[in-house]
Amino acid sequence: MTTEILLQTLASGVLIGLIYALVAIGLTMIFGVMDIVNFAHGEFLMLGMYSAFWLFALYALDPMITLPLTVLMLFGFGVLLYKLVIVRIINAPMLSQIFTTFGIMILLRGVAQFLWKPDFRSIENSAVSGTVKLLGIQLGKPQLVAGVGAIVVTGLIYFFLNKTRLGAALEATASDKEAARLMGIDSHKMFSLAWGIGAACAGAAGVLLSTFFPIFPDVGASFILLAFVVVNLGGFGSVSGAFWAGILVGVIEVMGGLLLGPQYKTAIVLVLFLGVLMFRPQGLMGKA
Amino acid sequence: MKKSWWARVAAVLAGAGFSLCAHAQQEVRIGVLYPLTGPAASVGAELRSALELAADIINNGAPGVSELPLSAGKGLPNLKGAKIKLVFADHQANPQTGATEAERLITQEKVVALVGAYNSAVTATASQIAERAGIPFLNPESSSASLTQRNFKWFFRTTPHDDLFVHNAFDFLKELEAKKGIKAGVVASLNENGLWGTETTKLQTKLAPEFKQNLVKQVMYPAKTTQLTSEVQTLKAANPNLVLQSSYTADAILSIKTYKELGFSPDMILANNAGFTDTDFIKTLGKDADYIITREVWALDLATRNPLIKQVNDLFNSRYKINFTGNSSRTFTGLMVMADAINRAGSTEPEAIRKALAATDMPGSKLIMPWKGVKFDATGQNTLGQGILVQIVGGKYNTVWPFDMASREVTWPMPKWDQRK
Repeated sequence: MTTEILLQTLASGVLIGLIYALVAIGLTMIFGVMDIVNFAHGEFLMLGMYSAFWLFALYALDPMITLPLTVLMLFGFGVLLYKLVIVRIINAPMLSQIFTTFGIMILLRGVAQFLWKPDFRSIENSAVSGTVKLLGIQLGKPQLVAGVGAIVVTGLIYFFLNKTRLGAALEATASDKEAARLMGIDSHKMFSLAWGIGAACAGAAGVLLSTFFPIFPDVGASFILLAFVVVNLGGFGSVSGAFWAGILVGVIEVMGGLLLGPQYKTAIVLVLFLGVLMFRPQGLMGKA
Repeated sequence: MKKSWWARVAAVLAGAGFSLCAHAQQEVRIGVLYPLTGPAASVGAELRSALELAADIINNGAPGVSELPLSAGKGLPNLKGAKIKLVFADHQANPQTGATEAERLITQEKVVALVGAYNSAVTATASQIAERAGIPFLNPESSSASLTQRNFKWFFRTTPHDDLFVHNAFDFLKELEAKKGIKAGVVASLNENGLWGTETTKLQTKLAPEFKQNLVKQVMYPAKTTQLTSEVQTLKAANPNLVLQSSYTADAILSIKTYKELGFSPDMILANNAGFTDTDFIKTLGKDADYIITREVWALDLATRNPLIKQVNDLFNSRYKINFTGNSSRTFTGLMVMADAINRAGSTEPEAIRKALAATDMPGSKLIMPWKGVKFDATGQNTLGQGILVQIVGGKYNTVWPFDMASREVTWPMPKWDQRK
């Protein structure tokens, strides 16, 4: 095992970790603001991938160009879903909320399979393809661009939450709904904003993935489990926690797989996760 | 009394029914159990067409396929020209439904034999019912090795199973060295960690030393994964010339993309069917799929060596506008073998059919499969079946092994990723 392989693996781990982070940020946002666990989150990612695929296949528009469009579409979809469905279960028991988002997951998967068939699709020869050599390690351009894209989107969200009035209102709602309402913040508006941004994050991750990952109706299933681990690890509702936890999970999965054997890679991540739950149940960066 | 009157009428009617059946010896009822709805419905529809073609050739004949057994169109000559009547049942790819439907076919439809059931898990449950009832069950296309390890008396399988396919890969490597002078070199394997991949890994561990292959690394991974970086890096560190790979579709595609991304260029990838023969594989990977060799059960280009394949495929294509596949060709063959056995038995007695099946000895020239023939061992497994290897060139599968059936020479090694046009 050479240093070159170790470095390359580390880099790959960081890059895939950035994608995990982006998926998890959307999930943690919805949870943080509303205390609802969104099981359909992986399906938002799937919709993002299909959006990129169809815009590429039908109009020959590169995923990197259509990224803002897809993000907007998914934002709209998230808001719509909130206004049509989620708003009815805000005060429902947790089980009803779980079954609602779970039902949306199955519905979206079924609709995708019906409309687009269970075929595996992929985007070939997009503007970013091929590999680059950086400091002696070889990296795929799509992965590199996806990683950079994930950082940019996360940065924008971080800026939005911390430097804008609307972001501050969202944060306020997340930390105390009642107090925020007393301050004149419209909580429904904040909730739909959270769903919009949450779906948009997953959609962005889907577009970034679409240049190097096969696209199929069940694709969300592979990512959602890891996203839940990342959200827990980072602390429920913590955006920066989800960001660092995403990278951590990516690196541990890939490096652990290389050093201890790929058959253990998921187990290693879950053992780490259990460890954190035992000793720091609020997550690495969550508030107790 | 009213009740007993009804009972008497029922008894008379039932009696009449039975005697009618007894007189209607013109028909041999064979139960066929396939997934006609549900997740495997598209395959089921294809298999149904193949079965209908086979039955029609036997019952009504077809021109230009004289090599095919019973193709004169006179039904089953030894049963006074009795016609084959297929009784279809739909198991929806569900083992439970498969068992219930097998029961119904045997007890209510009074079939004399069963053919089915595509999905290994359904074949397992349905054949259990047939075993208990003492009805011959012929399985044309389920590949789980365990099916013929159950010491069943009434179960017969015409297709080679998974273990034989793994064996074929090593046979190929041996012949490649002996006849073409190409040595595989250092070998590594990448297998998914489900039942199939695990069994394959075990068998490779056992076979590699027997065939004097230098298997240095075996990597296993979960098929539903988001990345294969650590797997590919582990392979890369072992630096093999040849990778033996068993993957489903999404992970097969992801693995090739990761090989390319991380610059892992082995001399050859020798794959074990599944994802590598999915129509989406070539479609999504384009030229990156080229030169990969994968195991298959059937290919249309076999027709260049066996004219019967082209003749039967032409019949199939003119009727259903599709070509045979590895699945439908095997199902077609399964029904042919069953019909031949019933004819040789000269009777619809289950025991007579079972004995005739056990005595089957059909040469390869009468089959549309790349097999040496059909002959069952004591477990009911056809011992003369074998897989083929196809190499993807220009986005098409070309038969390259067995060498006497090849339509193309093996290209070895495959070009490195960055040297492809």
